[in-house]
Amino acid sequence: MSITHTNSNAAGTASCPKQKAVSPEELLLNATRSRAFMTGSEAVAEAVRRAGVDMAIAYPITPQSESMHLTGDLYAQGYIKDYYRAENEFAVMAAVHGASLGGGRVFTATSGPGTLRAMEMFPVWAGSRQPIVCAFMCRGVALPPSIQPENIEMAFLLDTGMIMLHAENAQDFFDFILAGYAIAEQPEVHIPVGVFADGFFVTHTREVIMLPPDDIKLDEYNPDIAPIPPFDTEHAPIRMVRDPLLNKCNFVSYAASASWHQEVLAAAERARKHINKYMGGLIEVENPDADIMIVASGTAVSQSREAIRTMAERDGIRIGLVKVKSVRPFPAAEIAQATAHASAIIIPEFNAGGWLARDIMGTIDNNSRVIAEPRVFGGMSMPEEIIIEVVKKAKGIK
Amino acid sequence: MIQEKYRVLPGPEGFVPVTAALMGAVLPDAGGAFVEGGIVPETDALGLIAEKLANAKRPAICPGPLLMWQWNDAVAPKAAAVRELAGACGAKIYPMPDYRSKSPRINPEIEISVNHPNITILHNDIDVCLFAGVHSHYANFALRMIRGGTSCYTICLSDYAASDEAMISLRDIDAAKIAAITTKIKSSTGRS
Repeated sequence: MSITHTNSNAAGTASCPKQKAVSPEELLLNATRSRAFMTGSEAVAEAVRRAGVDMAIAYPITPQSESMHLTGDLYAQGYIKDYYRAENEFAVMAAVHGASLGGGRVFTATSGPGTLRAMEMFPVWAGSRQPIVCAFMCRGVALPPSIQPENIEMAFLLDTGMIMLHAENAQDFFDFILAGYAIAEQPEVHIPVGVFADGFFVTHTREVIMLPPDDIKLDEYNPDIAPIPPFDTEHAPIRMVRDPLLNKCNFVSYAASASWHQEVLAAAERARKHINKYMGGLIEVENPDADIMIVASGTAVSQSREAIRTMAERDGIRIGLVKVKSVRPFPAAEIAQATAHASAIIIPEFNAGGWLARDIMGTIDNNSRVIAEPRVFGGMSMPEEIIIEVVKKAKGIK
Repeated sequence: MIQEKYRVLPGPEGFVPVTAALMGAVLPDAGGAFVEGGIVPETDALGLIAEKLANAKRPAICPGPLLMWQWNDAVAPKAAAVRELAGACGAKIYPMPDYRSKSPRINPEIEISVNHPNITILHNDIDVCLFAGVHSHYANFALRMIRGGTSCYTICLSDYAASDEAMISLRDIDAAKIAAITTKIKSSTGRS
């Protein structure tokens, strides 16, 4: 079963460009890639171009807007079967849920306050086991108002049940979106994937990325292999939600509800082997034998790389790096192993809450080794100097 | 902290049974099968399933919607193979026709509900049950409840990935694999 609707956009002229459908292995791992120079937002559109998306729904918000404008262009060019602008972010997330329940491969994106406005739908996506891929271009969320980069919104999504992948740069953003579909659509996984990038730093910065050819795309999604039945959303009466458990106040209905919740968490765990396959692991480690290890995700990784390079070249200090690519499922064992020998574990973050440090402190032995700084937010940048300062303090160097 | 590998074994495990995947259980790739928390060659698992069903006092087979209502060429021979399997091991069939809740309750004499499977398991004193054609989300959450509340030994035949909440589970199930289990039961029991 699949969406067979043809694109009848306003121009009425778009026909789907010829693209050969290939396996995720071919698209992500084997295809010859060529250089391109583009922003993270453009990289998102290039991923969608190759993802075989049936339907995309948009509502604009900075810094997400450009990516969904470009996705709209893909609709006009015939790459996407259906596309529209919804009333607001909640409507977007509810509508992509419906399209996914009906068996379509869907895409959307949002940012900061848009994420929070749509919040109710994220655990609904996970609870109904839909393989929706959503890009989050992270930014400040509340008073004092800020459209600037920070990733506090990720803290609010940690326990929604979705898989959370954190891109360091435009290359990751492109790769993780495509890998997101490959992972999400595994029968034993089949839950949503959020692909996160720090707004502006990634979305609005041009960089070199390597792209597979645009005449290939992911194989069509087959909802018949899902762990739940797809819905017939074209013939009345249309069903909009999964069968509820018996809503009685008794132990059996509570136990069934609890077991359902457990199944969503299990689905994320089962994603681990597919993340290893399509993304080369939940983490990446550099200088694994260094006495001091920096553990970071997103653009904090790039800033840490600069600090590590400067300290090696200028000061002769060797520092290790753990790049966290998968935030959910959380790579607790991998981080514990990579940092087991370290005397200090430095965790730089672009948010006020320190969600990554909290997760790591809750899962490693001897967590007094964790130095949960530097931490910047409200749109501040993270110059390498403030990371170096923390490292030198940890080493007792003035 | 050293933790022993979690084994997926008959319960009753208790008020809130654990989630096998969160305890480290990993599903097999093609050619493998899931047995009590570990991975074994599929051919070994076929024999284990035959042994469990052949030695059960009150075996039950629970066919789900993918076996009862699915509309493709593979399903009819698969359903016939399950019916023959039930005959070979003397299992009673308790259908799980869909996943809707029934009010006020199901009839445990003739059916099983995904939302409260233990009513049927306990009412009929089923010691070995086999799920076939149940979507894996529903199979897993029902099998976890069975492990939590009963001592029933659970087996799941999965169309795609196996089930890590059953004690034994096969993936990529087809009529030939089901027939192989039936053949082993017949040869071990001497029934034709």
